[in-house]
Amino acid sequence: MKTKEPLPTPTVTIERKNLDVLFSALIKNGYNVIGPTVREGAIVYDLITASNNMPVGYTQEQNAGKYKLVKHGDQSVFGFNTAPLSWKKFLHPPTLELCHSHRDRNSVTITTPKIEPQKHAFVGVRPCDLAAISVLDKVFIASPYTDVGYQARRSDVFIVAVNCGQAAGTCFCVSMQTGPGATKGFDIALTEIIEKDRHYFVAEPGTDQGETILKSVPHKEANIYELKAAESQLENTAEQMGRKVDTTNIAELLTNNSDHARWQEVAKRCLTCGNCTMVCPTCFCSTIEDVTDLSGDNASRIRKWDSCFTLGFSYIHGGSIRSSVMSRYRQWLTHKFSSWHHQFGTSGCVGCGRCITWCPVAIDVTEELKAIRSNEQTNPSTKSTKEKQ
Amino acid sequence: MKKTKKPKLAVWKFSSCDGCQLSLLDCEDELLAVASAIDIANFPEASRAVSKGPYDISLVEGSITTPHDAERIHKIRRQSKTLITIGACANAGGIQALRNFKDVKEFTSIVYATPEYISTLSKSTPISDHVHVDFQLHGCPIDKYQLVEVLNAFLNGRKPNTPAYSVCIECKRRGIICRTVAFSQICLGPVTHAGCNALCPSYDRGCFGCFGPKETPNTTSFADYWSKLGMTDRDLVRKFRSINAYAKEFRLESEAHEG
Repeated sequence: MKTKEPLPTPTVTIERKNLDVLFSALIKNGYNVIGPTVREGAIVYDLITASNNMPVGYTQEQNAGKYKLVKHGDQSVFGFNTAPLSWKKFLHPPTLELCHSHRDRNSVTITTPKIEPQKHAFVGVRPCDLAAISVLDKVFIASPYTDVGYQARRSDVFIVAVNCGQAAGTCFCVSMQTGPGATKGFDIALTEIIEKDRHYFVAEPGTDQGETILKSVPHKEANIYELKAAESQLENTAEQMGRKVDTTNIAELLTNNSDHARWQEVAKRCLTCGNCTMVCPTCFCSTIEDVTDLSGDNASRIRKWDSCFTLGFSYIHGGSIRSSVMSRYRQWLTHKFSSWHHQFGTSGCVGCGRCITWCPVAIDVTEELKAIRSNEQTNPSTKSTKEKQ
Repeated sequence: MKKTKKPKLAVWKFSSCDGCQLSLLDCEDELLAVASAIDIANFPEASRAVSKGPYDISLVEGSITTPHDAERIHKIRRQSKTLITIGACANAGGIQALRNFKDVKEFTSIVYATPEYISTLSKSTPISDHVHVDFQLHGCPIDKYQLVEVLNAFLNGRKPNTPAYSVCIECKRRGIICRTVAFSQICLGPVTHAGCNALCPSYDRGCFGCFGPKETPNTTSFADYWSKLGMTDRDLVRKFRSINAYAKEFRLESEAHEG
């Protein structure tokens, strides 16, 4: 995963017909290739073996509370943005057995499932999702409490990133400074270019492994024209952003406005269903369930994705701390855009827009943040402190 | 090993279709284990043999719809250490609670040749309206894995894992694509109690709300959103007024859209 600097080899181009050689090179090196594929009317990330498994010629229309998979005119391989569910599920599984205990007459034995390192190649990781993986790395690896399971699953992941050639209606990576081009955290970064009589990829190696894999794929050194084509495509995408967020002092904005009237307003619409947290590529919270068999001789400890929108999430002796919808929505948005900075030194939001698309009542975080900023209602307590100063 | 007395379990039926108690017979792989851990003292669907009370656990299925039912449930409560209601009928009055919104006499006069023989209450009510209930297991029918989990938790003296959050959480954990967002299908998942492991969405259908309202359900926002998308009040009433029509939050929402 080490980012190599400066890059000793130049960026290359790979013709569309040779994309499958990249797949075979990855498979030959022992990787399970996971990438986008069409299933049941949507794009999902799953095991694939060749480029014809991918959503060739498909795109996705996305808006608040709306998603539609559509065919479009060209033969693009990456003509869509992020898939509904992120890469999180491979690194931080939705359900996982942590340990098992067995009781017999004299003793209790506790066993933990063996953590098998997985050799996965993620193909088609968007820059926002790349940023999300680096956020998860901070949470699970670079924290005082390393999640050894995550670390093992993450250690042998090969990442083929794809720069975005278009933005979806719910994208705002430019505001969050995570895209539309990948700058770090990848082994190879591709930019797909479709011209009148040519379909090719500009490929940039990001690590030694990436460089080795690229060497085994027929390629040419990228010329200035091709590099310019990739660059101008990114500029176009940046201009197409469906949404934006003003991030100026955003951490302070939210902590200073915890009593803003907008929280009550959004609480009237929020269903506390938890969809936003489930689709968020950085929401990492989980709950633990202990299950027993009827005899009570065997017990398992299961970890499951949880959400700060459930009452159980903030349950302590006697009840839930966040019983109101308002307090739960505020907790989520404030953690994501504000306290995450204090906790992990980065924003918890990467601008992928999934929470906007997949909210069943179309709540849009960018609108909520705009409403708070447009009419700041600084907390009385904060105000008086400021006045004293 | 010292032989310990097995806890006595009784299954009771009120107004219901028997589907929930059949979930116990449907446990298949777990059934032998259940039978060896528990003394099944009364379970008419499985055996005519009845042992006398008191009972350690009573599973109660069905709603109270007759004066006789209303008395019988008190007798059962008196004989039961722990009383667990199973299914939408026992917890919310069931589909037969649709009568609660109309005049039941009108129905009996249409359906029965001699309506005066029919002794029925004007409302179908949940068990908890009549006696203290220790635990409610939701569903129509209940999920057999959840039933085993509840029995399991009871036998091992722990809390059952039957969270009251939305169906959406189970749906997303399974990686199912949202029926509402991607396919414009109405799905009650965001306001419905989890427990079925997102059964209907996994078969490309929106949630019907069989498990009843989730914790803090925002049915008003849900209904407003669908109204804006063009759903009529009549359809909204029908959506909320089905298997869990008389569950408080669903009832209030359906009443809000009644002309």
